Amino acid sequence: MAEKYGLFIDYQWCTGCHSCEMACKVEHGWKAGEANGVILFEDGPRMMANGKYEYNNLPVFTSQCDLCADRTAMGKLPTCVHHCQAACMKYGPVSELAKLAEATPRSWVYVPEQ
Amino acid sequence: MLTNELEGVNKDVYKTDWQWQEGEYTVTRTNMWTAPGCHNGCSVLYYTKDGKVEKIEGDPLSPYNQGRLCMRCLDVVETFYHPDRLKYPLKRVGERGENKWERITWDEAYDDIVKHVREIQEEFGPEAIVSMQGTGRNICWQTPYLSYAGFGSPNFVLGFLSGDACYLPRTTIGHCFMGDFFVADMSQHLEKRYADPEYVYPEYILNVGNNALVSNGDGFFGHWIVDVMKQGGTKLIVLDPSCTWLASKAEYWLQVRPGTDAAVVIAMLNTIIEEDLYDHDFVENWCYGFEELAERCKEYPAELAAEISGVDAELIRQAARAFAGANPGTIQWGLKVDQTVCGIPLAQALLSMGAICGDIDVPGGMMIPRCAYDIPDSYGCGMWNLSDEMLGKMLGVETSPLHALGFDPTANGDTVLNAIETGEPYPIKMLFIQSTNPIANMAADAPRVYRAMRSVSYNVVVDVFMTPTAIACADIVLPCGMSSERNSARVWWWPLRSIVKVADYYEAKSDEQIILELGKRLEPRLFPWNTDVELMTWWIQSGNRFHAGWPHKTDETFPELVEKVIDWPDDWAYRKYELGWLRDDGQPGFNTNTGKCELFNTLFDAWGFDPMPYYEEPPESPVSTPELFEEYPYVLTTGARTWEYFHSEERQVPRLRESHPDPLTDLHPDTAAKIGVCAGDWIWVENMRGKCKQRVRINPSLKPDTVRSEHGWWFPETEGAEPNLFGVFDSNINNLTVQGVTGPTLYGAPYANQICKIYPVTKENDCSPSEIVTRKGGF
Ligand code: SF4
Ligand code: SF4
Ligand code: SF4
Repeated sequence: MAEKYGLFIDYQWCTGCHSCEMACKVEHGWKAGEANGVILFEDGPRMMANGKYEYNNLPVFTSQCDLCADRTAMGKLPTCVHHCQAACMKYGPVSELAKLAEATPRSWVYVPEQ
Repeated sequence: MLTNELEGVNKDVYKTDWQWQEGEYTVTRTNMWTAPGCHNGCSVLYYTKDGKVEKIEGDPLSPYNQGRLCMRCLDVVETFYHPDRLKYPLKRVGERGENKWERITWDEAYDDIVKHVREIQEEFGPEAIVSMQGTGRNICWQTPYLSYAGFGSPNFVLGFLSGDACYLPRTTIGHCFMGDFFVADMSQHLEKRYADPEYVYPEYILNVGNNALVSNGDGFFGHWIVDVMKQGGTKLIVLDPSCTWLASKAEYWLQVRPGTDAAVVIAMLNTIIEEDLYDHDFVENWCYGFEELAERCKEYPAELAAEISGVDAELIRQAARAFAGANPGTIQWGLKVDQTVCGIPLAQALLSMGAICGDIDVPGGMMIPRCAYDIPDSYGCGMWNLSDEMLGKMLGVETSPLHALGFDPTANGDTVLNAIETGEPYPIKMLFIQSTNPIANMAADAPRVYRAMRSVSYNVVVDVFMTPTAIACADIVLPCGMSSERNSARVWWWPLRSIVKVADYYEAKSDEQIILELGKRLEPRLFPWNTDVELMTWWIQSGNRFHAGWPHKTDETFPELVEKVIDWPDDWAYRKYELGWLRDDGQPGFNTNTGKCELFNTLFDAWGFDPMPYYEEPPESPVSTPELFEEYPYVLTTGARTWEYFHSEERQVPRLRESHPDPLTDLHPDTAAKIGVCAGDWIWVENMRGKCKQRVRINPSLKPDTVRSEHGWWFPETEGAEPNLFGVFDSNINNLTVQGVTGPTLYGAPYANQICKIYPVTKENDCSPSEIVTRKGGF
């Protein structure tokens, strides 16, 4: 079986810039109002128990995410990863990303459906 | 870094050539700089087919943005080919405001303009023609050159920006303080960037007056800050009334009352001096007036600053210690520094702090930039063509010696407005408005500016879309090309970058073509170039601002630059003051009277301005106008940037508008509850001058008495003709701001520190502010 690929998000650095969303929309030709491969969930500023504010931004991938199959086939990175302004996304084999996640606080790995 | 390191880039796909073929596409490596607007100029790959841009990507081989792009550039193809773009030159056929036009040829348009210019020059003198531009557009030198060389007028201004309250206060005091400017060093002047062995990550960044990630101000790619935080462990001190993402990551978030930053920064200086945390070597060798500054700062103990700003005194002291202890520390400053009446003294305090802490021009500190090859990428381009007599007529010169001496060579917008209204000191007969939409964006007291612009007898607008400004006052509208449709370049500051034409759009012409073709008809001697390419070669080679050896000039041509894509000059160094690179006489030191960083400013002293930093209350505030504050009991700050839009642009671009459909005003949850509104409700924001309506967003980090409203809103999807005028006054926060209230130097205006009241929009009180302004003469 071919190795399964996914995305790693080091989300403590996600600034909420929306570049992943727009990159995905543009790449796939989805128009305003149409569903997208990634949606940004924004939480904050939220006051925490220690009296400090926190922002948690999280790109969430939908069933429309095809991991940019056309791009990766020609040796490019998925466009959200390529354009992420905080450079907090990585594309790679899930097994490797899982190891990376283990070593990275406040991160997660997205594993697509197929 | 995880993904954007240059080594990791697939060189089979991303090439170092400037152009190649990829399947059906021609790929061009170049840089993006306006339209649409921005303060950067990131490196992009255009994928074109049949003369049309089909796709865009960030260039991963560019050290500048390393492949990254904001959503505006990612969606730029939708902007480039928006059906509403201006396609042909237009002449007004109805009354002003009716939005009725006929298509004319470029020749007819130029003939009409030349005829009016000649008549005005003859009857009233060239000074009766005022040229203006907006911010963040690639016309920083083009429009000034047309004004000085083509029209022969000294009056070039920013689009009715009161107090020149964007950047100019900072550059002006920078030049008086040390003969130069500073930029937070994120390695952006080094080709190898973070990997350059000379580079040192800052230990602390003081972020003041901007949300750098969103605003990308002043040639500074905001997410560089995230790079240094991630890779270098850089920590933050953030001064902001709202908890931005950066503030949430900061060691010290100083929640200042809008407009009181100067009090806090001077108190920080005081702590640094009092606790002897400053850099004695640098102060002794390279600073002038330390004793006087120390005396001044004693007037600002942290407790006083706390009382003024609402920031805890101990927090101010801790932040001061952290900054002073940082080696290096740096400052990322922004627009809001300028947008108070004490913009100049605040900038001066920040410069002083960097200087006494020894952070000036050290790696990772407050580096001194100049434009690569000394290219005059500034508002002074072509000014050498004016006689002293004509220069003496520049509006604003009378009031402020800073304008007279050309520290930042523009006329003063407030004085221009006054001249239009009163005819004093002389009448204004024509406005040449190139890519600025003042009544939607930067003009304080927008209704007043609307009336003034309409009263000028002849106006030309150059833009990419039909704007409320054009409908309200233009007689001729010229369609200008966007970034992919022009041969140009970007230099602010370093390196020099190409902007290559890869496409055409109907009859739109680039700003370079427009000034060249118009200039040739007006003053052929001063426009000797045959093509935009020749003009650009002249510009690249025209370095002339600094007489010292640095930066050296170039004989590179535009076609050579196109092939290089990005050109890194080899004459870059830190601590340039030690090398004799900064002074006109080639001696070590700074380019000032004393050769030092002037903590006590000798020029200001000679001109009768306060030579040292001070704090001044906003002219309308809970403290300065307590009675008025009873009626308008909220402090209003304006102009926070959004990811989706560059100021008033892009409201018509569907995928961007989808992400941010409405103008938003942030309220503390208790405040929203108090006036009985929830997130998404429309409210009126109102003060003595006017009102506008925006939708509520709940922001728990705000102080309950602070209101934070967006700017730049108009509604291109609605009727353009008056009375609606694209709804330009409906949500316009500049219905509430003021013209003609500036600091004593004429620099700095209180855009971001107003007072207001707020209440829900109801069926009974709903109305159209645009109709009130266009039909009823105002509020
Ligand atoms: S990997 Fe591609 S398809 Fe998936 S979210 Fe990112 S851009 Fe969209
Ligand atoms: S592009 Fe990156 S930083 Fe921006 S919202 Fe998406 S994940 Fe976050
Ligand atoms: S900063 Fe953003 S909007 Fe500006 S040029 Fe770069 S990518 Fe484009």
